[in-house]
Amino acid sequence: MHDKTLAQLSDDLAARRVSSVELTEHYLQRIDQHDKELNSFITITRESALEQAAAADKRIKAGETSPLTGIPIAHKDIFCTDNVKTTCGSKMLDNFVSPYDATVVARLAEAGAVMLGKTNMDEFAMGSSNETSYYGVVRNPWDKEKVPGGSSGGSAAAVAARIACAATGTDTGGSIRQPAALSGITGFKPTYGRVSRYGMIAFASSLDQAGTLTQTAEDGAILLQAMAGDDERDSTALPDPVPDYGAAMRSPWEKISIGVPENFFDDGLDDASAVAIREGLAIFEKLGATIKDVRLEHIHLSVPVYYVVAPAEASSNLARFDGVRFGHRAEDVDDLTEFYMRTRGEGFGSEVKRRILTGTYVLSAGYFDAYYLQAQKVRQLISDDFERAFSDVDVLVGPTTPTPAFGIGQKMDDPIQMYLNDIYTIGANLAGLPGVSIPCGFSGGLPVGMQLVGKQLNEAELFKAAYYFQQETDWHEQVPAGYE
Amino acid sequence: MVWEVVIGLEIHTQLATESKIFSGASTRYGAPPNSQACLVDLGYPGVLPVLNEKAVEMAIKFGLATGCEIAQRSVFARKNYFYPDLPKGYQISQYELPIVHGGHLDIVLESGDVKTIGITRAHLEEDAGKSLHEDFDNQSGIDLNRAGTPLLEIVSEPDLRSAAEAGVYMRKVHSLVRYLGISDGNMQEGSFRCDANVSVRQKGEPKLGTRTELKNLNSFRFVEKAIEIEIERQIDVIEDGGKIVQETRLYDSDKNETRSMRGKEEANDYRYFPDPDLLPVVVSDKAIEKLRSDLPELPDAKRSRFESDFGLSSYDAGVLTAQLDTANYFEATVAAAGDAPPKLIANWVQGELAAALNQDNLDITDAKIPAAELALLTDRIQDGTLSGKLAKEVFEAIWDGEDSVDAVIEARGLKQISDSGAIEKLVSDVLEQNPEQVQQFKDGNEKVIGFFVGRVMQASQGKANPKQVNQILREKLNE
Repeated sequence: MHDKTLAQLSDDLAARRVSSVELTEHYLQRIDQHDKELNSFITITRESALEQAAAADKRIKAGETSPLTGIPIAHKDIFCTDNVKTTCGSKMLDNFVSPYDATVVARLAEAGAVMLGKTNMDEFAMGSSNETSYYGVVRNPWDKEKVPGGSSGGSAAAVAARIACAATGTDTGGSIRQPAALSGITGFKPTYGRVSRYGMIAFASSLDQAGTLTQTAEDGAILLQAMAGDDERDSTALPDPVPDYGAAMRSPWEKISIGVPENFFDDGLDDASAVAIREGLAIFEKLGATIKDVRLEHIHLSVPVYYVVAPAEASSNLARFDGVRFGHRAEDVDDLTEFYMRTRGEGFGSEVKRRILTGTYVLSAGYFDAYYLQAQKVRQLISDDFERAFSDVDVLVGPTTPTPAFGIGQKMDDPIQMYLNDIYTIGANLAGLPGVSIPCGFSGGLPVGMQLVGKQLNEAELFKAAYYFQQETDWHEQVPAGYE
Repeated sequence: MVWEVVIGLEIHTQLATESKIFSGASTRYGAPPNSQACLVDLGYPGVLPVLNEKAVEMAIKFGLATGCEIAQRSVFARKNYFYPDLPKGYQISQYELPIVHGGHLDIVLESGDVKTIGITRAHLEEDAGKSLHEDFDNQSGIDLNRAGTPLLEIVSEPDLRSAAEAGVYMRKVHSLVRYLGISDGNMQEGSFRCDANVSVRQKGEPKLGTRTELKNLNSFRFVEKAIEIEIERQIDVIEDGGKIVQETRLYDSDKNETRSMRGKEEANDYRYFPDPDLLPVVVSDKAIEKLRSDLPELPDAKRSRFESDFGLSSYDAGVLTAQLDTANYFEATVAAAGDAPPKLIANWVQGELAAALNQDNLDITDAKIPAAELALLTDRIQDGTLSGKLAKEVFEAIWDGEDSVDAVIEARGLKQISDSGAIEKLVSDVLEQNPEQVQQFKDGNEKVIGFFVGRVMQASQGKANPKQVNQILREKLNE
């Protein structure tokens, strides 16, 4: 069953070839079988999953189905889930049971999806390897000595290993697309504001966006369809109506124009990955797309800009974790200052502390103009570059990451090298644009991801391009050995 | 040495919205601790603020009433600091782009002169919660009911030159927010409180002296007293050769002194930056014009109208319009009255009524005499039914719970005797009984007339119309 896509299982459920309870039991059994090794889940919600599955079966029986009714999925542990532990990968929230559902969680539950559990992630989504999690590293199903990418590493590994049919993730600087690329699956980050951030524990509010990790673009479209849309609880959610992604995706292919950012193919890019991407571009050409070189003048500044803006917002967003109302609290303190220092000192891991310190520094009096304001100006320039490029082309295509999955421990002592892993993905976050990573080949036996970036709110076009690509290729059907 | 005092006020007024500025929780005062704090107010992981548009409208109304420029685009910023009653670790406020700025307000000084005080800006922000340090054994309690309550911080220019001016200005702002219906102005509940920036300099010195900030002055009286004592302190320090340290000082009303809270060197770096969870507030001209057309009559306009429509003195009009409720009561009384002139009503509102309210510590909205009854009372004075003295008795009776003016007059037989026949009879009787005094009058002792008036009034149990008594007495004595 697990070799099927979400779309196929959806048909099977609707045709009652399989029940949601059977499907859910099957995935739970696969989690039991494989996840000790992978460590992709922090919490498994076995009982409630089976209850939800039984309820879904009733709905299907009553004929009121949506494409997600009865589909077992996993949520990144950054989404608040009512009455279920929500840790954000941090010791700080190891004891936190959320009293409410995030909008994403509520909408998917409403659509009938079954929650298998909460997936592992870099602590507070700060990381590109899932190694900063309080709950330990997640192993890449393609090579267990390699990282699955991050921060949505648990979601990526779970979908790659077919122990969850699909998963939610969040992407602040590449946290959906990068792990999708490193784990050989499809990772979709919508336009900033397309999916409500309500109930999604904030890392960098102006960049955070929820999205999907799935086997195929078609699956991603089904999942996003239920997640996207305005939300009165999130002022930054976009009010624009959500188009029918499935219909748009399957509509007849029209000639599109693809821009290739030439500076994405510089020395930093792994050779075999470059070859895979070029071959991917050839597929699009065969489909009838025109390929053009484009230049994103300031894109090389995206990593430094990101590492000012994101930590600045994070330093403020994470101030609420003070031990007063929830979460970890230091014992035996003498005064308020010690209470704060020890609570936060004990509760946060070193990468989170590094970013809080960086963020506090760039917002401080005397440094604000030089760092934060300057970064905002360059952010605008990067945005303008994209806009200029999109006046000429419909979609930008390039690599998702400079290299395929790297070794566990390999970059942990070198934050700069780690940060550079997101060099191709960060631009879309800074400009708020939708992006998707799809499998396009292998490099040294590890999956390579190809990134497509689209115009503001043009998710449908991205889904369509990815869908047609996947009609022509079978990279997305490859399953790591041992998980077939 | 002649010293000049320079004062600027920052007034925090709680806006009278039903729900909080960024959440749907109620702003009602006095609920059990933490019963009116939702997940947003508690700063739970993942929650987001959503702006209450009513708060924005109220801030704009204030801006329009004070001639401020209304920002077409204003921005909420985060003011970052740690404190247990600040749930998110930051306060959402406005920093570089406030909702309104650059206005002014006229105040009337004791001399009667009008002075214009500049309003630098007024910005929206959320209130913090409350730390309760008593009641808990070696621990502090946190009540977050107040967290997220909308505040408008009104910052004046340093245009005030004395504690008294500061008091007048604060009263004027208080009056204005009540007129606008944007705040209940309740100081006991903390809905209207003030910080004062105070400095002194030698007269003629263009540069401002080093200022201190006096925190959380929650009554008009405390503002005046705290500033006075702080001015004295600053002058003493300088005259003794010392220097003023820029710092925050707390006023202790029990000891009538200010003392240092924290110095500048310990000042927080608040790391302000635009709140990415909230969109810039964009206000259209159309929305502003709609709010402008909805503005009520404001104190200065009402004062002028009271002068011209009711023939009141500037002073009377000022007193009656200082508080909207007083003005409303006065107007309701005038409207209900028949022949009683507004001036008579104004005297009663400022005299008897004000005294009675003061004695019972009541607001005019809780006055124990309805406007309609006061109207009747003044009509009865005007038509001669009641003397001033009797009217006071009727007023007191109503205040103490009796029904209506006419019923009291009837029940107590207080009706003034204005029937000249009846008075003539009383006068004749008194003259007959006192021939000796009559003779004195005839011998030229005019003063004796007071004696006769007294006797007649006594005989009438105070009900005879004294004017008529006087007149008839003179007629009879001169016969």
